[in-house]
Amino acid sequence: MKEFIEGSYAIAKIIKLCKPGVISAYPITPQTHIVEGLAQIVADGELKSEFINVESEHSAASVVLGASAAGVRAYTATSSQGLLLMTEVLFNIAGMRLPLVLTCANRAISAPINIWNDHQDSVTVRDSGWIQLYAETVQEACDLHIQAYKITEDHNIQLPVMICIDGYLLTHCGEVVDMPSQGEVDKFLSPFSPLYKLDVANPITMGVLGDPDCYMETRYAIQETMKDVLKLIPKVAGDFEKAFGRLSGGLVEKYKTDDAEKILVAKGSLVGTLKDVVDDLRTKGVKIGVLKVVSHRPFPEDAIFDALKKAKYVGIVEKSISLGAYGPLYTDIKALFQGKKESPCINGFVIGLGGRDVTKESVKEIIDQISEFGPTNKFIGLKL
Amino acid sequence: MTEKLITEKKLFACGHTACAGCGQSLGARLVLEAAGPNTIVTNATGCLEVFSTRYPESSWGVPWLHSLFENSAAIASGVESALKHLGKIDTIRVISQGGDGGTADIGLQALSGMMERGHDILYVCYDNEAYMNTGIQRSGLTPFDTNTTTSPAGKISSGNPLPKKNMVEICAAHRIPYAASSSVGFPLDVQSKVKKALSIRGPKYLHLHVPCPLGWRHPSNLTINIAKLAVETALFPMVEYEYGKLVSSRKLVTIKPVEEYLKPQGRFAHLFKDEKGKQEIAKIQQIANQNIEYYNLKATK
Amino acid sequence: MIKHLTSKPGSSLSNKTGSWRTEVKPKFLRKNCIGCKMCRLVCPEGCIFGDKKNTYGCDYQYCKGCGNCAVICPKKDIIMIPEGEKE
Repeated sequence: MKEFIEGSYAIAKIIKLCKPGVISAYPITPQTHIVEGLAQIVADGELKSEFINVESEHSAASVVLGASAAGVRAYTATSSQGLLLMTEVLFNIAGMRLPLVLTCANRAISAPINIWNDHQDSVTVRDSGWIQLYAETVQEACDLHIQAYKITEDHNIQLPVMICIDGYLLTHCGEVVDMPSQGEVDKFLSPFSPLYKLDVANPITMGVLGDPDCYMETRYAIQETMKDVLKLIPKVAGDFEKAFGRLSGGLVEKYKTDDAEKILVAKGSLVGTLKDVVDDLRTKGVKIGVLKVVSHRPFPEDAIFDALKKAKYVGIVEKSISLGAYGPLYTDIKALFQGKKESPCINGFVIGLGGRDVTKESVKEIIDQISEFGPTNKFIGLKL
Repeated sequence: MTEKLITEKKLFACGHTACAGCGQSLGARLVLEAAGPNTIVTNATGCLEVFSTRYPESSWGVPWLHSLFENSAAIASGVESALKHLGKIDTIRVISQGGDGGTADIGLQALSGMMERGHDILYVCYDNEAYMNTGIQRSGLTPFDTNTTTSPAGKISSGNPLPKKNMVEICAAHRIPYAASSSVGFPLDVQSKVKKALSIRGPKYLHLHVPCPLGWRHPSNLTINIAKLAVETALFPMVEYEYGKLVSSRKLVTIKPVEEYLKPQGRFAHLFKDEKGKQEIAKIQQIANQNIEYYNLKATK
Repeated sequence: MIKHLTSKPGSSLSNKTGSWRTEVKPKFLRKNCIGCKMCRLVCPEGCIFGDKKNTYGCDYQYCKGCGNCAVICPKKDIIMIPEGEKE
């Protein structure tokens, strides 16, 4: 049923439909409305779940780790500093192959302290073994959460999923959302039955010491599973489309790229602005398109290659930077074209850090600079 | 071999790689035997975790979960919440455990959160009074004047200059139903306190004094005796708190001078070299005297 | 690919720590034993067995020779003997 709703509360409602038995969170702007929404849902008896108010994000992540290990579907959400405080636990969850879903309401990193949006927080933990999916709209954010539980709980996957949604731009944005029914979600999402759990009837030791004889294989296994995730994400998106009647998620989304000479590549809500600009330019006959990267981890190498290989110029537009190097997505995409016969000129742009507005004008500024010898990590919209 | 031995092996089996005479391995076995098989254990990083779970081997006969150094109490909170959700909390006990560093230093925040939220968990701190797993560095529970690798005795230092943190009182201040201290020198006391704690619903805290032959530098066969001496000199009082109130303490008929406890341990050897050492020992005796008064440790005739 | 490192109960039994002993090992004399169980209770390895008087012994496959059993025995019925000697 369609309703006009704020992004955070929409996600809270979606999580309710996914029925986690344990929810744990620590407040941080701009994640708060999501967990406030869930707290109210639990307080009103609409969801039978243990809502655990913890004393830090480190403990929030640890509580859901423990709950998942004990065989109960769990959920947490955070932002920025909170995600960084969780970092140690995030690696641990992935290494232990525990199914979990976390929402990251993307926000800049201190110092200076800044509560506004960019992608530096989630991008910093991209090497943790979590699957990272970025939402463009509130609707997509909602749909991705349902898909996330399907992916993480697949017995061939057992890797946690982080749904990244732009702080404020999506969390606090009112949008008309097609909200599925409980019956539809129940049909799509089987009850949680993990491969292994803490069980007194069948005791196992979890979280062992892995010496040089066995550690490397655990990392290889995650790397191999990530290849399976690349196959599973489109399948789950396809199943979702069949069940709910709309296409959402997938590895990438191609927007007017088929005949495009220039393609802009981006993640998250930024893609919407790029699409607007592309529409404007298309009316003037400019052959330009957008490639939306939904899955940053695993990195959909083949899908990105296919989408970009025929373009002349590519501009990677990122809300993050690996300081002292390049935007991480730029680096990934440059690397995949290394040594390939078909290879566009790839330029890198950094935009919208700490909530700096991304305007149509700034996007046009980017498009104007894309060239054969264009920039690798050009900051757009600086006030120097 | 008797039936009983086989049961023991199921809960905490032989073949772990603790040092000979390890007080912590003894403590863990005593706790688990008292708790029984219907228990889920979470463990902080540290000696106990390392010496009992080197893959593919494990000594644990109960479901056991280790995640990180500072989050044993938090993952236990998650396990307990999951059991509540599953309706199993009345039949399965949850024990969360860690060493002195994992409890009193890096894990204190998570432990405080666990107690404040009222989780039905027994937290056990195995206190061997330093970071032994990393090589005997000072922790917040290292006693005054202890020689450790990061609080060494030297020309101008007589070891750790700071007092031992009082974890039992910190926990009791959360007004939890039960907070107590015990020692592997008194194995039956350990087990009766574990059983008592597990009979109470809500958060419980048990502080176990566990000698470390390697870090305390005493012969491996003196583990039990040294642990007893800590209690008998009043340097480690065995006490019980209920809802924040001191309800009992182990009374001492004869209280031994602290030298008897300090002397056999290499970590205090620097105190027995000169006149300055004597003055330092007097300060340690003062700590014991304060304990005697504060906890009313003297047995009445 | 799932590579989840979990271990099963009792799996540490394959690690025979008795080989660590270099100097001494306990000998249970079984003469003056009163069956107080203290030796069994204080063993850090949990490798001592027995439940009635003069039935106690230890599993030498695991005993590390720490000697706490001999110290705690109130009847001096456990002695530490050189590693090479017969128990």
